[in-house]
Order: sequence, then structure tokens, then C-alpha cells
Amino acid sequence: MARYLVDVMPKPEILDPQGKAVHGALPRLGFEGVVDVRQGKRFEIEVEGEATEARLAEVRRMAETLLSNPVIEDYAVRVGETVA
Amino acid sequence: MKVGVVTFPGSLDDADAQRAVRLGGHEAVALWHGDHDLRGVDAVVLPGGFSYGDYLRCGAISRFAPVMTEVVEAASKGMPVLGICNGFQILCESHLLPGALIRNHHRRFACVDQRLRIENARTAWTGGFTEGQEVTIVLKNGEGGYVADEPTLDRLEGEGLVVARYLGEDPNGSLRAIAGITNERGNVVGLMPHPEHAVEDLTGPGTDGLAFFTGLAVAAFA
Repeated sequence: MARYLVDVMPKPEILDPQGKAVHGALPRLGFEGVVDVRQGKRFEIEVEGEATEARLAEVRRMAETLLSNPVIEDYAVRVGETVA
Repeated sequence: MKVGVVTFPGSLDDADAQRAVRLGGHEAVALWHGDHDLRGVDAVVLPGGFSYGDYLRCGAISRFAPVMTEVVEAASKGMPVLGICNGFQILCESHLLPGALIRNHHRRFACVDQRLRIENARTAWTGGFTEGQEVTIVLKNGEGGYVADEPTLDRLEGEGLVVARYLGEDPNGSLRAIAGITNERGNVVGLMPHPEHAVEDLTGPGTDGLAFFTGLAVAAFA
């Protein structure tokens, strides 16, 4: 079984209140020098069979139609490790 | 007029929306998210709440509910559709309206009696108002920040597609203070505030929301 990884991030120009909240918390914990934090999502999708270009294209379609909203988010799709 | 109100798993304001529809002089028809059936209604309300738990993104999963296939098709033929709060989010995810709604800029849930200015009284849902009219309607949302790219915002303003704007202090970070928008045809309206909670003096800040339901006009948009 192959695992595909889909990373979804808010577009750079879109306000990310969750990232801002994390950014605000880090100095309070003593972490210095943090300039910015953006928070996104990662999907790990396991699909039958070996990783193929056709399957990857299908995962890309999943990312476009459901996993991300292209108005506010960018996505990146890649093949992860094979699952036993 | 028969006005359908869709119930999704996690809808909260479907009963209030049905009540507002009846107070507006119409017959309320309960519609179910899992049915490919609009039961012969003349208009549809997508109510507020947290459909499908707001998992993934608000409205993202509801968009693919069976009933939405029928709603999208009917809307494209001119049927009036009003999306309130979560319903607005569903309309944006369905691409019936442009843009998206993101978490409030102040990161807190907003629950206020909100002053609004009605900017467009020519839609299927706003004919009961006058343009420029100021009203007070309940606003309650965690993810009500309206965003779209600059060309889209310019187009919405240039073509008069902004239906309502927030007055006073910015409640949720919406770009250009947009509280509601419509499509080119004027039959689909998305609204972040809740007019169905402002239809009776006893239970709300007034009755300013009632005109969204009494003013519902079908003929001009069909």
C-alpha cells in the first residue's frame, strides 16, 4: 500500500489567526527570535497498490476538490513511504 | 410560497429559519441533506450551525451532500437561495458565491447585535429593504471573516453585489466590511448575520430580519 502526503497551507496573503495565536504563545514559553508562524494541515492518504503517477494525479484531484479551498489555501502533494 | 430549509447533521438554526419563513408569510418545508429532493419548493434556505462538525473547513463537506446537487442546479436556474452563516460558508464552498470565510481576526467567537447597512435591495431576498437602510441583526460566528482576492472584491463592489456591510467596530475581520454578497443574477444571497434571529421582539434585538423573509420574491428571478 502506498501513502501519499498532502500539505495544505493558508495562502501567504490570507490572514492566519491560528498561526498568529501560536506565534503569540511561543515567546511566553521562552522561545525567542520566532519571526512568523503559519499553521496548515497534513493529510496522509493510504491507497491500494504501489505508488504510481496516475494515483498521484488522483490524490491531486482530491486535494483540489475537497482537501483544500483554492480561494484561501495552497496545497502540495507527494508520495510518502510504502505502508506494509 | 414554499420555502425549503435544509437540515444538515450539525445544523443549529434550521428550526428558527423555518419559523422565520412562516412569520414571513410562507410555508416552511423541511429538507434533508441526504435526499436528492427539493420537494417542490420555490426557494431554499441553508441555515446556520456547524454542519458535519465544520470538519476540514466550514461548509467543505456539506457542499457534497446529496441535496446540494439539487440546490446548485436549482440556483443556476434562478431559484432563490439564502445561505445564513454556515449556509453562506456552504455557498462559497459550492462556488455559488465567490470568496471564502475564515476564522475571525480576533480569534474569538463573536455574538453581538450587529448594525448593518443594506447595500443592495434588488436581490430575491432584500426587496423588502431600501438601499442604504441601516438595520440591527444578530451576528454569531467563529469563522465569519469574508476574504477574496482584490480583483474579486473590486468586481463585487463595482457590480453592486455587496448585499450588506458591517457598521461600527469590525466584528470579524471581513475585507471591506462585507457581511453579505449576492451573485450576478441576484437569486443567491450569502449572509453572515442571522436575520432568522431578528424576527420577533421577544427573542431578539428587534424585527429587522423579518424583511429578508417577507420580501422574498421569486418571479423576477425564475
